[in-house]
Amino acid sequence: MAEATWIGPIPDPMPGPAPAAIDMDSWVCPAPLRDSPAIVMGHGGGGAMSAELIEHLFLPAFGSAAQAEMGDSAVVEVGGARLAFSTDSFVVKPMFFPGGSIGDLAVNGTVNDLAMAGAVPMVLSTAFILEEGTALSEIGKIAEAVGAAARTAGVKLVTGDTKVVDSGSGDGVYINTAGIGIIPDGVDIRPERAEPGDLVIVSGDIGVHGIAVMSCREGLEFGTTIASDCAALHGLVAAMLATGADLHVLRDPTRGGVAASLNEIAKSAKVGVTLVERDLPIPQTVRDACGLLGLDPLYVANEGKLLAIVSPEDAEQVLAAMRQHELGREARVIGACGTEHPGMLVTRTTLGGTRVVDLPIGEQLPRIC
Amino acid sequence: MKYLDEFSNPDLAKRLIEEIHAVTTRPWAIMEVCGGQTHSIIRHGIDQLLPDEIEMIHGPGCPVCVTPLEIIDRALAIAARPDVIFCSFGDMLRVPGSDRDLFRIKSEGGDVRVVYSPLDALKLARENPDREVVFFGIGFETTAPANAMTVYQAKRLGITNFSLLVSHVLVPPAVAAIMESPTCRVQAFLAAGHVCSVMGTHEYPPLTDKYKVPIVVTGFEPLDILEGIRRTVLQLESGRHELENAYPRAVVADGNQAAMQMLNDVFEVTDRAWRGIGMIPGSGWRLSHAYADFDAEKRFAVTDIHTEESSLCRSGEVLQGLIKPHECEAFGRECTPRNPLGATMVSSEGACAAYYLYRRLDMVQAVGG
Repeated sequence: MAEATWIGPIPDPMPGPAPAAIDMDSWVCPAPLRDSPAIVMGHGGGGAMSAELIEHLFLPAFGSAAQAEMGDSAVVEVGGARLAFSTDSFVVKPMFFPGGSIGDLAVNGTVNDLAMAGAVPMVLSTAFILEEGTALSEIGKIAEAVGAAARTAGVKLVTGDTKVVDSGSGDGVYINTAGIGIIPDGVDIRPERAEPGDLVIVSGDIGVHGIAVMSCREGLEFGTTIASDCAALHGLVAAMLATGADLHVLRDPTRGGVAASLNEIAKSAKVGVTLVERDLPIPQTVRDACGLLGLDPLYVANEGKLLAIVSPEDAEQVLAAMRQHELGREARVIGACGTEHPGMLVTRTTLGGTRVVDLPIGEQLPRIC
Repeated sequence: MKYLDEFSNPDLAKRLIEEIHAVTTRPWAIMEVCGGQTHSIIRHGIDQLLPDEIEMIHGPGCPVCVTPLEIIDRALAIAARPDVIFCSFGDMLRVPGSDRDLFRIKSEGGDVRVVYSPLDALKLARENPDREVVFFGIGFETTAPANAMTVYQAKRLGITNFSLLVSHVLVPPAVAAIMESPTCRVQAFLAAGHVCSVMGTHEYPPLTDKYKVPIVVTGFEPLDILEGIRRTVLQLESGRHELENAYPRAVVADGNQAAMQMLNDVFEVTDRAWRGIGMIPGSGWRLSHAYADFDAEKRFAVTDIHTEESSLCRSGEVLQGLIKPHECEAFGRECTPRNPLGATMVSSEGACAAYYLYRRLDMVQAVGG
């Protein structure tokens, strides 16, 4: 057979330098085999596999020493005060992305975990694991970001640690932060408190952070138009609490997105959560990127948004307070809790049908076509 | 995004749904060929809005689902080699082979990467001249032109460390195979719009004539699908069996001539096994003689790997529309997206996974849960 003759102009098959392949080291396995004898990426996905690892490996091994609540923060009583205590590790790649860096995330992520228990964040620890060979200028920029985020959030960085690992044993910088906050009297915010009849409020556009990170990770062209929403949310929470409303549940829908957070709440409180698709605030850029990549915005990570579950009587004043705050201007009701389909999250589609929105197993994979 | 929002308009959708109700007088079984259409139907809850008389049968058009276990096992064998960088679209990485998947290969040290374009794999080959770079070229007529273009470019540029593991399949022979089945229940087809945007529509009139079935070329957004169904029902109700193009914004009768010439030069028609269905004569492509040097199966001598499919899994019957996913005894029990027995449970385009993810509510209600 004759060699192909290309009838159009031959496009340059290799413009630009490195290939835009997705870095598998940061890729989360979506559905690996259950009987894997080793850790696979899916164990860190924040979905069903992560939960199984905790339940079947860590908790039995910890035995009676374990007293962990499955929320984002533990609540411990010390000398009459109720403290929220939380820890989180940050391994995001790339280290810098539109709208922020791993440094911003490391502070805001832990601040937000504390805020979702209604706590006023007070102090943070920072532990850096640095890879041999990483440029000091990069570490400097990240450290600046950590400092700036902590000043903005009004938390003190009171202790820390630095370790260096061999070249090739890390991805430049990993950061762990732990934080302590004080829970005001009368505040009782936890997933189990969602009740039938409660409304689900989101503080603003969803899917922004995940798409911003993905857009530069995969070299896609919409990188300039969308920036991460990374922000500390405790100020917004304080404004909501100041209304005197009884906030039942707060959650920042990070890894696994709105879908993972509401699934966990539905299971914890044994309520059914129903979302109304046409009420979901999904920016056009996120919608387009998800359409292009074959992703569902409900599963895409957020870093500066919260979900609030409140009684219908309190909803209006909470919404009004949120809209007065710069991080809650677009707050709106997106769904409700009910007695039907307990433990499940269901969406009413724009066309009038329904679909179950399940807990993600790992991270979504782009579809082929 | 242009052409996404316009074709999801709920008011227009309502009108189309009403029209479909108005013209339907009898039961009809319609198969949507493409997995992308299945995904859209279930995601938007379209099938819940159709008249009870209309049954949508989910066809074999999910490339992940129909790729035989044997090819997956061959891919795993190649990917496990230390000299190989194995590149694939994301969906394929989670498809289990006989005893592991590509993520497991990666956790064991294999170099497995997700790419968005086969040309990215070619770039990797150029940048890693001491490694063998293999791209897993699966899919229908839709994904084939880019793969053909990549092999063409590899040859033109003299890149010898690149090869393609080919498992391309073709829609028209599968439509014929379904109609030839003695248990066939399908009375009309929604043809896959994007396949036709490459190949044109000339392959379908012989099928409408021979099997007396309407075939309507259909797109993927909610309005596209409803319009395809409306036109199909009109034909069925009036006893016609013609080819219609309900996706004219993407499909012209002659198809994409440049793509077709490239396909003709790089590939040649071959018999292909379809997962769950079996061998269909003339239903796939392999590299033509002129490009045989780029055939990964030959380069890595994996053609002697032969694998039998799971006996529990009834995905073949699902793919032929003989049973609905939940009518399989293993559905939701031994077989879930987390632990899939068959490929239809793996991809979100697969009929079983779509049912599991989006339809569990109906099933819970059906059993009074």
